[in-house]
Amino acid sequence: MTFAGWFTIIAFVVVVTALAFPLGGYMAKVYAGERVLFTPIFGGPERFLYRILRVDETRGQDWKAYAKSLIIFSLAGWIFLYIVLRTQDAFFVPHSLNPLAYHSAPADVVFNVTSSFLTNTNWQFYSGETTMNYLSQMIGLTVQNWLSAGVGIVVAVALVRGIIGRSGKSIGNFWQDMVRTILYVLAPLSVLVAIVLASQGVIDNLSTYLTVHTVTGLTQTIAMGPVAGQHAIMLLGTNGGGFFNTNAAHPFENPSQFTNFFEMLSVLIIPAALVFMYGRMTGNRRQGYAIYATIMIMFLGAVIVAYVAEAHGSPAQHAAGLHTGVISGSGGGNMEGKEQRFGIAGSALFDVITTVTSCGAVNSAIESFTGIGGAVPFANLSASEVIFGGVGTGLYSILLYVLLAVFIGGLMVGRTPEWLGKKLEAREIKLAGLGILITPLAALFCTALATASKAGRASISEVATSAGKLGIHTPQAFSETFYAYLSQANNNGSAFAGYTGFIQPNAGNVGSHGISFADVLGGFDMILARYAPILFALAVAGALAGKRVTPAGLGTMRTDNGTFVVLLIGVIILVGALTFFPALLLGPIVQGLTGHLY
Amino acid sequence: MKPWVRDTITSVLAVIVFAILTGLAYPLVIEGISQVAFPGDANGQQIHLDGKLVGSKIIGQSFTSPVIGKNGKPEEKEGELVTEPDPRYFQSRPSATEGGADNAAASTFSNHGPNSVKTKEADEENAKAYLELNTNPATKAEYDPGLTVAKIPVDAVNSSASGLDPEISKANAWIQAYRIAAVRHLSLASVDGLIAKYTSGRGLGFSGEEGVNVLELNLALDRLTGATN
Repeated sequence: MTFAGWFTIIAFVVVVTALAFPLGGYMAKVYAGERVLFTPIFGGPERFLYRILRVDETRGQDWKAYAKSLIIFSLAGWIFLYIVLRTQDAFFVPHSLNPLAYHSAPADVVFNVTSSFLTNTNWQFYSGETTMNYLSQMIGLTVQNWLSAGVGIVVAVALVRGIIGRSGKSIGNFWQDMVRTILYVLAPLSVLVAIVLASQGVIDNLSTYLTVHTVTGLTQTIAMGPVAGQHAIMLLGTNGGGFFNTNAAHPFENPSQFTNFFEMLSVLIIPAALVFMYGRMTGNRRQGYAIYATIMIMFLGAVIVAYVAEAHGSPAQHAAGLHTGVISGSGGGNMEGKEQRFGIAGSALFDVITTVTSCGAVNSAIESFTGIGGAVPFANLSASEVIFGGVGTGLYSILLYVLLAVFIGGLMVGRTPEWLGKKLEAREIKLAGLGILITPLAALFCTALATASKAGRASISEVATSAGKLGIHTPQAFSETFYAYLSQANNNGSAFAGYTGFIQPNAGNVGSHGISFADVLGGFDMILARYAPILFALAVAGALAGKRVTPAGLGTMRTDNGTFVVLLIGVIILVGALTFFPALLLGPIVQGLTGHLY
Repeated sequence: MKPWVRDTITSVLAVIVFAILTGLAYPLVIEGISQVAFPGDANGQQIHLDGKLVGSKIIGQSFTSPVIGKNGKPEEKEGELVTEPDPRYFQSRPSATEGGADNAAASTFSNHGPNSVKTKEADEENAKAYLELNTNPATKAEYDPGLTVAKIPVDAVNSSASGLDPEISKANAWIQAYRIAAVRHLSLASVDGLIAKYTSGRGLGFSGEEGVNVLELNLALDRLTGATN
């Protein structure tokens, strides 16, 4: 551990909070329909879009209508993306956008990829530079980076509207929210981030791959592509699907020490801003701060554990006789699967940021993290995306937990639970409970199925089997499997990347085939764990929207003070721990507690 | 019109419109801006030497040479060229890419777990190779006196995340400097001077770790003593 490492962590927290605060205020204005900085630029295009999309944006939707629009829009997006990815070498694809003449990936893999990008997961069984042509990367994957981020955000906005709704059933208009999210929030930020990244060395071109004659006379082929634009939105939208296989570890996606810091900010900025937006929109900023404090405490806890664990080094390193402490000119630590320029702190912090949010972009190999360092992303995912979480998903998920915490708190003090002046009743609590439990259930069910079946075990990587004993799996194999379905259920997309669903002997998909079990199970895992909680969140919004507000009395439990922060953290940890602890014991905790090598 | 029919029409239109806006217009605008404003960066910071492309500044390269077999031809094992590190050049970090180290057409990491025997064996093997490379074959003495496994910086043994790490730690470079100085008949001070010249600083003064760009350093060495190839 170094001073610079700790300073990076502190600086990050300060900077992201300072940036998120004004952005939250800006977003609150956007969704309230107030005039903002970009209204003069985007006001015209916004109205034009409503016209060509045949939307009457003035018409409010109740939660069912809102949900219907969202589901049908997602289905249309799914079909479009599937077609794009399955026609990579069709006659209408220009050569300049498929310079290496790549074929399409097999149907089962594309099913997984499509579901993955639709749900903001960006789980990738494929590797970008050997599977996707430029057209797929652009009009296929990049589009869903925008739209899936938008869908997440609008659900959070709708839920907040339900919470503050004074009368009637309307929770807003889905199409208006989508258009505004894309124009006023995502577009300016994406262009800004993309240009900053491009100025720092992230490539952006449509060239064919380079052929290099190296200094020692070898030949090296270097993959190219339109990276900067896609990379910017995949960070901002907490999508996380890398252009290249190694994602934000690839020097063309994350070239320097500075870009690493900048990219971490890009990932967390919108999820953090949404919490402040919530405070503004509800008119109860203190409660926004209370939720922000809750999240930040858990976030910092995760970062500290990960940094200390990775700086300590791994049992394998120590067994090989390596010294993992800091020496002059080297930061030491567990550098397996980490880049020199990011170092331990830059890798551990990035790892936590990407797993608390639903981003899943990685700048280091999570499977190579130490046992405890690797248990941190598990714990983050076990908290079901509430520590910041994905854009939108994080906010609506933690609001469901807030509902639960208020309810439990109300029971403890013996009062009818009230939240922002609204009485919470059986219906909302049931819906919130279901919304909270569906993701863990999907993750655990899929993991059980995959570990118990031969078809599921086919995906386990060779490095996770015992040395010299073919087919004997180590705790790492369980971690790998568990992480795959946990990550997909949480729509995260980061991976213990040994777990595979795609056998690809050659670049360009010639002779490749998918492992159908993992592809299909994962695909449904993602879809269920994305859309079911969305429906429950919208249903909660609908249930709350019509409730009358009663002024807070002396007996009302406060939801904006330290006590509530502690209660909320307790509820989150309790639910996460109760559901996941037994499974966590079998994988990462075993790996973390023992120095034994498997 | 029923609501779901209207939703379907709007959805189809929206997917098409947004595909054009965010999937064509946006990436092409960013590409245009990048190509005009930052052409070097946008095309991968290519380095040309005598009209030939010798690498990208930010993509790691393998400074190894093919092993020539007894029959006078380059040896192959399982369809891959067998190579050995060239002692005249600073060596990049271990890389887990397939089809040879630093394969920039298919980046990947090793996925070696923290408690795996395979990780330990890979570490041991890499450490042994590092010691061997930094030992004078004639005198059997380490170029950097007293170099042992425990003194090898971790980045020289652990494989990188991208498999294409363009940088090594300063400690790693300082050790290799002894070998380079001996093999190229340079003073240690002049090699260390070059290392300092090609070391990247922390971002904003605190973010990340300093690293030495191996390709730039090796090209500078060749400029100094003439390409030995």
